[in-house]
Amino acid sequence: MDFPYLTTVIFLPVVAVVIIALLPQPKPKVIKFISALFTLAAFALSLVVFYLFDRSPGAIGQMQFVEKVPWISAINAFYHLGVDGLSLSLVVLTTLLGFLAVLVSWKIELRPREYFIWLLILETSLLGVFCSLDLVLFFLFWEVELVPMYFLISIWGTGRREYSAIKYVVYTLIGSALMLGGILVIYFTTGSLNMLELADLAPMTAVIPFAGIFFLLLFAFAVKLPVIPLHTWLPDAHTDAPTAVSVILAGVLLKMGGYGMIRLCVTIFPNVAVTCAPLLVILAVVNVLYGAAVTLRQKDLKRLIAYSSISHMGYVLLGIFALSQVSLVGATLQMFSHGIITGLLFALVGLVYDKSHERNLDRLGGLARQMPVIAVVFSVGGLAALGLPSTSGFAAEFITFVGCFTSTVVEGIRLYTILGVLGVVITAGYILWMLQRVFYSEPLEKFNGVPDADNVEKLCIFSFVAAIMAIGLYPAILTDVIRLGIMPIIKLIGS
Amino acid sequence: MPHQVPWLIWLSPMFSFIIISLILRPFFNHHPKLSGYTTIAAIGISCFLSFWVLIEVLKAPGHRLEIPDIQWVVIEDGISIHLGLIVDALTAVMLIVVSVVSLLIQIYSQGYMHGDPGYPRYYAFMSLFTGFMLGLVMADNLVFLFLFWEGVGLCSYLLIGFWFHRPAAANAAKKAFIVTRLGDFGFLAAILFLFYHTGTFDIERLHSLAIAGTLAGTTLTWAALGIFSGAAGKSAQFPLHTWLPDAMEGPTPVSALIHAATMVAAGVFLVARFFPLFEHSKVALTIVAVIGAFTAIFAASMGLVMNDIKRVVAYSTISQLGYMMLGLGVSGVAVGIFHLFNHAFFKALLFLGAGSVNHATGTFDIREMGGLRRVMPWTYITFIIAALSLAGIYPLSGFWSKDEILIYSFKTQPFLFTLALITVFMTAFYIFRVVFVVFGGEYRGTKLAHHSEHKLHESPAVMVIPMVILAFFSAVSGWLNLTGNFGEFLGHGEARGLLEGFFGILGKPLPWLSLIVAGLGIYLAYAMYSTRRISPEAVGRTFVPLYTTLSRKYWFDELYERIFVGKTLVNGLFVGLEAFDTYAVDGSVNGIADKTIATGRALSRVQTGQLQLYGLFIAMGIVAITICFYFFG
Repeated sequence: MDFPYLTTVIFLPVVAVVIIALLPQPKPKVIKFISALFTLAAFALSLVVFYLFDRSPGAIGQMQFVEKVPWISAINAFYHLGVDGLSLSLVVLTTLLGFLAVLVSWKIELRPREYFIWLLILETSLLGVFCSLDLVLFFLFWEVELVPMYFLISIWGTGRREYSAIKYVVYTLIGSALMLGGILVIYFTTGSLNMLELADLAPMTAVIPFAGIFFLLLFAFAVKLPVIPLHTWLPDAHTDAPTAVSVILAGVLLKMGGYGMIRLCVTIFPNVAVTCAPLLVILAVVNVLYGAAVTLRQKDLKRLIAYSSISHMGYVLLGIFALSQVSLVGATLQMFSHGIITGLLFALVGLVYDKSHERNLDRLGGLARQMPVIAVVFSVGGLAALGLPSTSGFAAEFITFVGCFTSTVVEGIRLYTILGVLGVVITAGYILWMLQRVFYSEPLEKFNGVPDADNVEKLCIFSFVAAIMAIGLYPAILTDVIRLGIMPIIKLIGS
Repeated sequence: MPHQVPWLIWLSPMFSFIIISLILRPFFNHHPKLSGYTTIAAIGISCFLSFWVLIEVLKAPGHRLEIPDIQWVVIEDGISIHLGLIVDALTAVMLIVVSVVSLLIQIYSQGYMHGDPGYPRYYAFMSLFTGFMLGLVMADNLVFLFLFWEGVGLCSYLLIGFWFHRPAAANAAKKAFIVTRLGDFGFLAAILFLFYHTGTFDIERLHSLAIAGTLAGTTLTWAALGIFSGAAGKSAQFPLHTWLPDAMEGPTPVSALIHAATMVAAGVFLVARFFPLFEHSKVALTIVAVIGAFTAIFAASMGLVMNDIKRVVAYSTISQLGYMMLGLGVSGVAVGIFHLFNHAFFKALLFLGAGSVNHATGTFDIREMGGLRRVMPWTYITFIIAALSLAGIYPLSGFWSKDEILIYSFKTQPFLFTLALITVFMTAFYIFRVVFVVFGGEYRGTKLAHHSEHKLHESPAVMVIPMVILAFFSAVSGWLNLTGNFGEFLGHGEARGLLEGFFGILGKPLPWLSLIVAGLGIYLAYAMYSTRRISPEAVGRTFVPLYTTLSRKYWFDELYERIFVGKTLVNGLFVGLEAFDTYAVDGSVNGIADKTIATGRALSRVQTGQLQLYGLFIAMGIVAITICFYFFG
């Protein structure tokens, strides 16, 4: 058997957890270095996987780096891992943000040992979700993610942190319960939990109509994405979570929703997806415009970024249910791009708040003089969020728009796409307004002596910028991989 | 010519941007001058290479060169986007305009920006802008073009807000970006629309499809109008004109380069680039002409009453861009671009003159100036040349291109011709009003005591020399078309002899008409502001409502910002949505949660702890599932 790349990537953070747990009375610095080292190793290894990934035409539709070991033979469950173009891009995103989240947490002083343990477990559970090819394994990782999230928000959060943590958990659990129902129906109908086989088992009859299973699964993913009106956990959780958790939450967790929609809903039930697409596309446009409109009213810097995520994830939903080759590639690229852009913005909001102790836009202002580096990087992140060409935001949104506009599957998609494009104008409005409120106009005296980013923080935010620019200037880095995963899915819709 | 040459033209300033922002600014910040030298060297290279390209294009058959392209994104059965460059006559002309004007303005800026703490930042942004702008005129497909298009918009935003600590500058920057983006929304929609119907982003393929008639009818019209919407945003055409006057908050050389000579002209260039599409849609072409002519007179009318020298010139720019659009609409690429070419020089010069005056007096308010002809002779003479050129006085450059526009509009659109002719009068009046008030009479500056007359001085040589060079171009650039060469190069010209071109035009009635109208405008300005035979105050009192309407800019800022964006959207609809989100969506979720907790308390009584009862429930469940399987399975 080959080297188990995926298992190693997934469990490297857990190795760090074991080491941190076993060390007697470790110094906070040591904990941080161990966490950084192992998450960096996971990132490096995921880049190796990305490099070794077979991009030849023969690899289309093939899972690569597959590991399959019998696990619970009674229910025919396997420890079954593998990546295709779709999941690989998200694995790289997760390991990148996992490492950067450790850097973001460099100043954590409250119970650092537990904090980093939970953060590392969180990374493992996310990687597991994206690599699992067995429904039970998938569900297991999906649920494990809740535990660290709950503790991270409720212990290290701010504001109404217990309320937000519970709200997050309850929302997700309701979604998970319905998803479990869907998985059980699938299992009892087909006797298989293999996500790859299920795509080939389309002509069968189940206890409840296919559409029912589709919506059971979709609900869980719609909560995560989030789709309006299931979104109200998001602003609370994002706002009250500690910075690094906001980064992971916006950067990776939301993508579980988009990933699940493509991997399960669309792949297993292509026909249902085609039937329901008009409804979901309308919801997507509502997400984009409504999200952007509400964003424009926010007074809290962190909440503003949180609401902007709702608007941006609308493009993912739009891309997925336009159901064309290009639109799905665009949606996947948008997931990656939103991950690094919003991750950066949350990291920066954290920096601004840590240094100025202020998040209210009415009381901020003129910080460009006091923190020039943060101001520049915040501007770059903001411009990427509003889809300025040469940033990943433009590449992803543009490919999504082109894919949606040329889609032949959904009736009236061109009108909806144009409405979605209109969201770009509102985005420019709230991003520029926000930048102006925080950084421009005369410097305020109360912020005199507020420091700029230090070296660890600079390393962290510059890494984000490098990723944003690299994908923006040459999106083929990712699209060449993503399309390999998308092509077989589109074939299902065609047939 | 190696294929790398055109790429290097736009990459050279990009390298300058990278060097300044990654090396000079962090490590050599105590030598700010280095950033200026780097920028000037980089743009000097671009300028040299642009002339090389021009010579090659002049020699090439069909005036175009083939440059291999680069693969950007390819998705099977979907899209394939390649990035490449078009090098044709239009590109070559624009390269010369952009690189020459930019080079001169960078040299001038060394004097104007001297001692500003943001000096390296200024040059970094100016390099970035020049790179984007040079790329814009060469891009061979819509995606690449859009990238540069937004790039120059970004630089405009950054440079308008260069003094971001001033709220007016920050507001103006934001406004510029958002208003142009509104136009870009139409442009982006047109890109999607064109791709949907043709499956290509390639500009030359779109040209051939339009010429072949494959791309025709309403599809073509809508696409052309979408493109024009982007162009109207960038070129500040009505109704998206409101951002440009506010953009004057940026440093004056920025106004000269971005908001006079190049970026705002990109809209005109865009229409020229897609002219085969417009040409085959009569509706679109007529709309371009009508919007252009209307904007020309509309903006000129506001320029009549402004007291800020830069704002007068800014309204003049909007008005002249309207002329160019009119030229494109009634005749074609050659006429519109010829005016763009000439305008770039004399309008940049007017701004540099305004900057020079500001350098001496510390203000832009013309009421605080006066008598500057004595202390600033170079600025005075060059400003006069530019003003005469703008007013369209024979034989300066503005005359030639404006005259062509008037001739063609007279032939095809008599009504628009009338508007354009009235604009000629207004133009001559407002610019000579500035000339007489700023340079004539005696110095009136009061507010700034330390700027008393004995301290007033001519600007340093580093500022004056670029102005003199631009004055030379402003005088003679129009002569390039005396033999019809320029027009022929752009695909539309009548060959004639040099002397015939220079003097023959005086034998026709129409040029005389426009000269007389312009002369009247100058004379009226002279009578009102130099000899004071007609009192401007009395005129103002006589036409109070008109004066108020003009000086309040027809209330468009209030309409857009206060009524539309403010009251209707941000404080109206969006407040409603936010309330809906907080109370209806989130409120009902929390309501359900409360109900659930209550129900949970009630149901907890069911948990009796009796195993038999639990067993009974389990049995009932199994029966229910079995029945389900029996009926549905």
